[in-house]
Amino acid sequence: MQTARDAGLVGCTRCGKVWPAQTRECGRCGAALKRVDTAGLQAVWAWWFAGLIFYIPANLYPMLRTSTLAGNQQNTIIGGVIELITHHSYFVAAVVFVASVVIPVSKFIAIAYLALAVGNEHRAGAHRHLHLFEVVEFIGRWSMVDVFVVAILSALVQLGAVVSIHPGPAAAAFALSVALTMLSAQSFDPRLIWRGPARTTGP
Amino acid sequence: MQKPPIDQLIACPKCDALHHARHLGENERAACARCGTLLITPRARSFLHVIALSFTAMILMIAAVFFPFLKISAQGFSHASSVFEVAMAFSDGLLAPLSLAVLMLIVGLPIVRFGALIYTLWPLANARPAWPHARRVFRLAEELEPWAMAEIFIIGTGVALVKIGGLASVSLGPAFWAFCALIIVNALKNAFLSQWTIWDAIGQK
Repeated sequence: MQTARDAGLVGCTRCGKVWPAQTRECGRCGAALKRVDTAGLQAVWAWWFAGLIFYIPANLYPMLRTSTLAGNQQNTIIGGVIELITHHSYFVAAVVFVASVVIPVSKFIAIAYLALAVGNEHRAGAHRHLHLFEVVEFIGRWSMVDVFVVAILSALVQLGAVVSIHPGPAAAAFALSVALTMLSAQSFDPRLIWRGPARTTGP
Repeated sequence: MQKPPIDQLIACPKCDALHHARHLGENERAACARCGTLLITPRARSFLHVIALSFTAMILMIAAVFFPFLKISAQGFSHASSVFEVAMAFSDGLLAPLSLAVLMLIVGLPIVRFGALIYTLWPLANARPAWPHARRVFRLAEELEPWAMAEIFIIGTGVALVKIGGLASVSLGPAFWAFCALIIVNALKNAFLSQWTIWDAIGQK
């Protein structure tokens, strides 16, 4: 299997069109042409660390402040999940837990793993690495669900003294963390996966 | 091996493997021989379908923003809010930028995408050359795709409904159903979208 790089060409990652190696910009779709180069991993790591930093306050600060006649209550992400469990809403508790904890944490691990493994993929591993990357790219945006839940609750639950809900600072930190990890995943060039020993496989 | 001309080649965006591209029949599709990524998925008359569905989605979005979305009531108090008010939930204090971001994610970017697709495909569907800046507009539509989160917002609504369930009774407004319809129309539109065909049509001056 010959790659564009082997042939002294560069392929556009946006529209697939092929150009001579020194071309800077795709003549058809106008996207910047990127050479298959590990230098791009710096951007992946920069976004990755920025996302990780914001994930810390997202878990420490409250996501929601609920004030009822009985008093005030503040909930972090984990606190909200625990409260749903005590109300026996196991399914929704699972949805929130997966969207706000499992997906972000596994995303950090998966991106770091992919970035560290560049060039070391085993012969059978390249397909699995690409699959992992596609899952990360597809699923990352679904973490934003918790931010929308906070927005809907704070807009809707405004019943004066009876009960009212206000957003907490963690909502912004969490939204930033999700956006930054999305950028990290987008900066990863999946063509790097195939530069290792796997480049000789295929028909 | 005889080298085909460079404008007949296509490089897989996921693994860089070179292929010889050709125009496919209605029910054919081309996948990368190495990693299996779909490269070419032509569909007959797909331009018109995408235009029609984008128009529909845009109208539904306008309805979804301004009609009442959800209404709750408990112990004699009640409160209704529209999608716009949901986005504005963060608007006081330090969280204000988040309000803008949420408004863009659930309303702004989807509308920009629909508009961009209509702008790109309208002349192409009528067999005319693409309008000026069509390639920049279509590239924008493609780049915005992961950031348009209307469908995630509906899942968030579902979670919020269950959370409120214990506190108060909730009634769903017309905007809620408009938003649900919008998700379905949007998914159909994405199924009809064939990037390679569109790029090929834009490229033919």
